[in-house]
Amino acid sequence: MVQDVEDAHPADPIAQRLRELGFVSGEPVRIVARGPLGGDPLLVQIGSTRFALRRSEAARVTVSQEATA
Amino acid sequence: MSESVLRIALVGNPNCGKTALFNQLTGGRQKVANYAGVTVERKEGRFVAPSGRSFQLLDLPGAYSFAATSPDEAITRDVCLGRYPGEAAPDLIVCVADATNLRLHLRFVLEVRQLGRPVVLALNMMDAAKRRGIVIDVDELQRRLGVPVVQTVAVQRGGAKALIERVDGDVPEAAPSDPAPLTPAQMHAQVRELLTATVTMPRETAAVDDALDRWALHPVMGMVILAGLMFFIFQAVFSWAKPVMDGIQAGITWLGAWSTGFLPAGSALHSLLNDGVFAGLGAVLVFLPQILILFFFILVLEESGYLPRAAFLLDRTMFKAGLTGRAFIPLLSSFACAIPGIMATRSINDPRDRLTTIMVAPLMTCSARLPVYTLLIAAFIPPRIVGGVFNLQGIVLFVLYFAGIFSALAVAWVIKRMRRDKSEHALIMELPSYRVPHARDIALGLWERSKIFLRRVGGIILALTVLLWFLASFPGPPANATLPAIDYSLAGRIGHLLHYIFAPIGFNWQICVALVPGLAAREVAVASLGTVYAMSGGEDAVVSQLGTLISQQWSLATALSLLAWYVFAPQCMSTLAVIRRETNSWRNVAIAAGYLFGLAYLASFATYQIASALS
Repeated sequence: MVQDVEDAHPADPIAQRLRELGFVSGEPVRIVARGPLGGDPLLVQIGSTRFALRRSEAARVTVSQEATA
Repeated sequence: MSESVLRIALVGNPNCGKTALFNQLTGGRQKVANYAGVTVERKEGRFVAPSGRSFQLLDLPGAYSFAATSPDEAITRDVCLGRYPGEAAPDLIVCVADATNLRLHLRFVLEVRQLGRPVVLALNMMDAAKRRGIVIDVDELQRRLGVPVVQTVAVQRGGAKALIERVDGDVPEAAPSDPAPLTPAQMHAQVRELLTATVTMPRETAAVDDALDRWALHPVMGMVILAGLMFFIFQAVFSWAKPVMDGIQAGITWLGAWSTGFLPAGSALHSLLNDGVFAGLGAVLVFLPQILILFFFILVLEESGYLPRAAFLLDRTMFKAGLTGRAFIPLLSSFACAIPGIMATRSINDPRDRLTTIMVAPLMTCSARLPVYTLLIAAFIPPRIVGGVFNLQGIVLFVLYFAGIFSALAVAWVIKRMRRDKSEHALIMELPSYRVPHARDIALGLWERSKIFLRRVGGIILALTVLLWFLASFPGPPANATLPAIDYSLAGRIGHLLHYIFAPIGFNWQICVALVPGLAAREVAVASLGTVYAMSGGEDAVVSQLGTLISQQWSLATALSLLAWYVFAPQCMSTLAVIRRETNSWRNVAIAAGYLFGLAYLASFATYQIASALS
């Protein structure tokens, strides 16, 4: 579950884009796959959409653990 | 009386099927594929509704939001807001949304509605939504959104009927523009509300996608599949095309002999047709099957939705080299031709990543290089079977492609090193649902490609070949000539002059002659070699023998050196022109051309010297 998306620096376009893509408080998210080298990038599913995010991008999203189904 | 034409713009998230809808409505043949960012320009078309009213339709690049982060998104924003130079805002916006992905797409619909212009919402891919058991209460959605909602299946004949009927009616009233723009959080709250009220979804993703992605994105198996796929394609290009190519070659030889048979053997016209047209064009034409096989695979991959997965797998590697996973698709298109490849970089949001991708795109082996490669490989590399299954010629071709890829990564790395601005680069890339490619789209794509190729052969290649024939024929040899006539001609003199520069890398003067017209289009070099050898080798040198001829006259070192030259050399004016247009700077063109020529000369020099020393 997404808690928040934080700006890494003021007016952070990456954080804004993430929010536009649906990374907002209360949305359930799930990591579907990890890249072959060093587990980067991550494939993150939010709603019915899958996004490839680099770890540095995904780091802006704070999540809270939910009981995994 | 003549009612002014209604101007409609198609907008929506990337990969929701705007272009497919555009083609469906206008009968157009714009490129469609299954990944975000296929359309990077505004495209215009017209259609006439059954009522007789005509409409102007604008196809725009996909956008997630009006807060644009890439050049193609900026085009969409500017057109919708009426800020695009020389263009008024559209009379009606058709907002296209993927019915299987409304959670994401409805947000942009809300943003479009806020513009306060007339909007129609088209729920596209309704067929896929039905298959997955997604039920949408269209009436309720329409009531809550306050804009007309229609259902479409852009890839089916007649799938846009509802949309045509809707736009043919009255222009819907402009949606009430909200007094205060919503914050992202409010917008999402609205989307969520709309979804709970109108959409029931049995599961969030297609089961097929999950199953396929378990393999395709597996850290080990995914890479194995990707490498195997690429290798298979290069093998196929070489082995499947052979019988067809032999057939074409035989046909051209026969046609050449038949059509010049009536002419006196020593006449200028006989020479022009035989040595210029047939030897020149024939040498290029035989490569059509290989180009089509390569394109067949590229088109299937594009339509299937696999390409963004490959980009996902390679992002880390490409990032290390100073590129981005997003660059994978433009670079893969560059295997077809660097020009669409460079244009496709518009979907890369980071300007630095974009410039780097443009700079290295010419290193990807475009299909115009294929004739040069295959001519030389067929002439110099024995068709041995290695390790039981692999064709040695196919392996050499694979190595040449790989050399291009490897040097692109190396160059990107150097550019990254030289760059001062080291702030973060973004990836954020959507992975679409898999789709079975449509045979019709693939067939259309191949047909378009054949037309382009044949137009090149009949146009620029023919023109340059004839020009070269003139240069190679005049002035005629002096009375006391001891060498073949071409040595005394203008082309011969140019070749001998250039030979001073290219002798250290093993090129003979015939190659030097062929390189010059080869600057206009790479395949011309093959056509030119055909002409030059036909002119200097007497009457028996015809198209089918170019390979045999050079394998007798050139050393292996020369052939390898020429292959190395073609991996790097910017032998294509159109590519340089498109770099100029896309980066808007002559400096970048000069840098690209300079470094590519430099690398080409160095690589050829090393290849020639090493190969000569070893043999």
